[in-house]
Amino acid sequence: MFEVLFGWVSDYTLRTVALGSATLGVVSGVLGSFALLRRQSLLGDALSHAALPGIAAAFLLTHSKAPLVLILGAGIAAWLGALLINGVVSTTRIKTDAAMGVVLSVFFGAGVVLLTYIQRLPDAGKAGLDKFLFGQAAALLGRDVVAMALLSAAVLLTVGLTWKELKLLTFDPGFAASLGFPVRALEAMLTTLLVVAIVIGLQAVGVVLMSALVVAPAAAARQWTDRFGVMVLISAVVGAFAGVAGALLSSTVERLPTGPTIVLMAITIVMISMLFAPHRGLLVRTVQERRNRRRLRSDVLLMDLYVLSLQHEGDHPHTSEAITAMRPEVTDVRPSLEALEERRLVARKDDGWVITDPGREVAQRLVAREESPEAELAEVLSEGEA
Amino acid sequence: MTVYEWEIVVVGMVVATACALPGTFLVLRRMSLMSDAITHTVLLGIVLAFFIVEDLSSPLLIVGAAAVGLLTVYLVELLKRSGLVAEDAAIGLVFPFLFSIAVILITRYAGQVHLDTDAVLLGEIALAPQERFAPAGLDLGPRAAWVMGLILLGNAAFILTFFKELKLATFDPGLAAALGFSPGALHLVLMIFVSVTAVGAFDAVGSILVVALMIGPPTAALLLTDKLGKMLTLSISLAVGSAPAGYLLARQLDVSIAGSMATVIGAAFVACFLFAPQRGLLAIVRRRARQRWEFAQKMLTAHLFNHEGLQEQEVESRLEHIDASLGWEPEFRSQVISRATRAGLLSQQNGSLALTDRGRDFARKALVH
Repeated sequence: MFEVLFGWVSDYTLRTVALGSATLGVVSGVLGSFALLRRQSLLGDALSHAALPGIAAAFLLTHSKAPLVLILGAGIAAWLGALLINGVVSTTRIKTDAAMGVVLSVFFGAGVVLLTYIQRLPDAGKAGLDKFLFGQAAALLGRDVVAMALLSAAVLLTVGLTWKELKLLTFDPGFAASLGFPVRALEAMLTTLLVVAIVIGLQAVGVVLMSALVVAPAAAARQWTDRFGVMVLISAVVGAFAGVAGALLSSTVERLPTGPTIVLMAITIVMISMLFAPHRGLLVRTVQERRNRRRLRSDVLLMDLYVLSLQHEGDHPHTSEAITAMRPEVTDVRPSLEALEERRLVARKDDGWVITDPGREVAQRLVAREESPEAELAEVLSEGEA
Repeated sequence: MTVYEWEIVVVGMVVATACALPGTFLVLRRMSLMSDAITHTVLLGIVLAFFIVEDLSSPLLIVGAAAVGLLTVYLVELLKRSGLVAEDAAIGLVFPFLFSIAVILITRYAGQVHLDTDAVLLGEIALAPQERFAPAGLDLGPRAAWVMGLILLGNAAFILTFFKELKLATFDPGLAAALGFSPGALHLVLMIFVSVTAVGAFDAVGSILVVALMIGPPTAALLLTDKLGKMLTLSISLAVGSAPAGYLLARQLDVSIAGSMATVIGAAFVACFLFAPQRGLLAIVRRRARQRWEFAQKMLTAHLFNHEGLQEQEVESRLEHIDASLGWEPEFRSQVISRATRAGLLSQQNGSLALTDRGRDFARKALVH
């Protein structure tokens, strides 16, 4: 009977943890997409660190550890941090990176001051605030998840309602302003939404690594698509998956901190995406580059053979040594020649190689293209149409 | 203060100065957040080096940490060059990745590594004087002060030797490259110094304070001066001052010293942001207000001057008419007039304005410029 009960409790805990992590993954994935494309990836880093004094101050003022109270405090502090960064950058010559560095470290330092102050207090309920440094998904309770879900719903609803405006703001703020959109208000709203996304995750992931959960899902999603809507969807799915997988893993394996585990999950997905995504992926790009290089090399050889054939009567064969001599930069011409032979553009004769009639035709086109860039352009365009 | 307390403050001052030197160039090169990245990732180097030598005081730990610091720079550069993500996202991916690995390693092998993730982030400078530098039994003070002193000397030597080159590569990398200095190589060397400084410093004060010390003082100094040399000396003064001030604050409230130093730096930055002589918020607001009134007075005198001695002078100098032709609210107009009258630019008689000689001069100048 104990076993059954234990199984049910642990199952319930895991379910709570998984739900909470999925929620924060979705929200940070969605908001991260905006941040990534607006080149504000590190704003998440600055704001999550800046949230720390808010958590401590909220506890000091209310002596409550209710998630909504702490989240509210964190949100206010992070929002003040954003305000300060914005104010400093827009009025002085200090650049964004330095403003973020100052806000990040000073707010965090002030947060540490408050935390150490709280630790000296003779108060029984103070324990657990330092969980906010690296997060502890296993400590998520049902009411925490309800609070997270409510906030997330509000964030996603806002994004949905202002989707068109936010999209325009992300891609062309100047155009948005010229159309009469309230660009500054929209920017402030987007920053506020980012702050909410960050504070939702603080309990599970912690202030130190929350920024990665903003950047990573979006960076992974970016590799798979060029469409913003699709990117946001993929990003949300990646965020949710990394959140659930990381949280469950750290809840079941002993001594595996939640924040770092979730972050490693997300970044592993980023690495896979960067390697294997179609079009943008490094693997596809390498294969394509190699294919282009091979094609270019055989094109050059075909033109060489064509030029040689013009200097001789009939089908005079040329040894591969002679062909190599024309192109000292190509070390081994045989693979290219064999590739051309396969396409029936060249043929073997005696101990050498000759160009065939179809080969001559292709070579003539290549030469014409090389001599006249306009012809090349026309050809490329007609190929595109075909 | 006791000797022990003085030693804490001295360690703080040495660390702060050592950080402010390379930090100045990070801020000017717009790479401030690389300090954030490096201070986090050096932890991985320390952990890995510890697994090899199994000794927390081995100098190899510094080598390992500096190596991972450079790896961070390299990976960020690699990601940026691949074109898959922008630079900020590259930083935002690389450092959480390496840092997460380090935190997980520490947590899993906590029994063997006497490293605590909290201590890594926050440091414990209060413990710094406990480790002594005592060659042949002669106590020469805290070890951290000597280690950081050495790093400080290295930083100072580097910056003094390559001051010209660093200046050129920072403000005009294109020209530096054209003149045959390699901005890339200089960048790399600077990053080595940042990494080594971060390692040495974070042992004493924790990674977040390293960021505060590297970025805070130079950013505040940037609001006070236009000269690189002056910016360096101001950064150093601010950094040095933050140590005793932070310590006193921490002692008063019985809280984290590193956090207090960061808070003091933050307060100094906010003070500069608000009150800096020319670039502070207050100075900007006052300058804008002054310019607004000055411009209004120029408009008014120029308007009167243009119609002086002409038929319409009588009409154009009437108060109601000025509102119409300059598009002013009556309240604003009367404020401008009272300011201009006080400045001796014009006189007012039964609802009509007349320029004084000074007002005429003022208008002439306004029209020429």
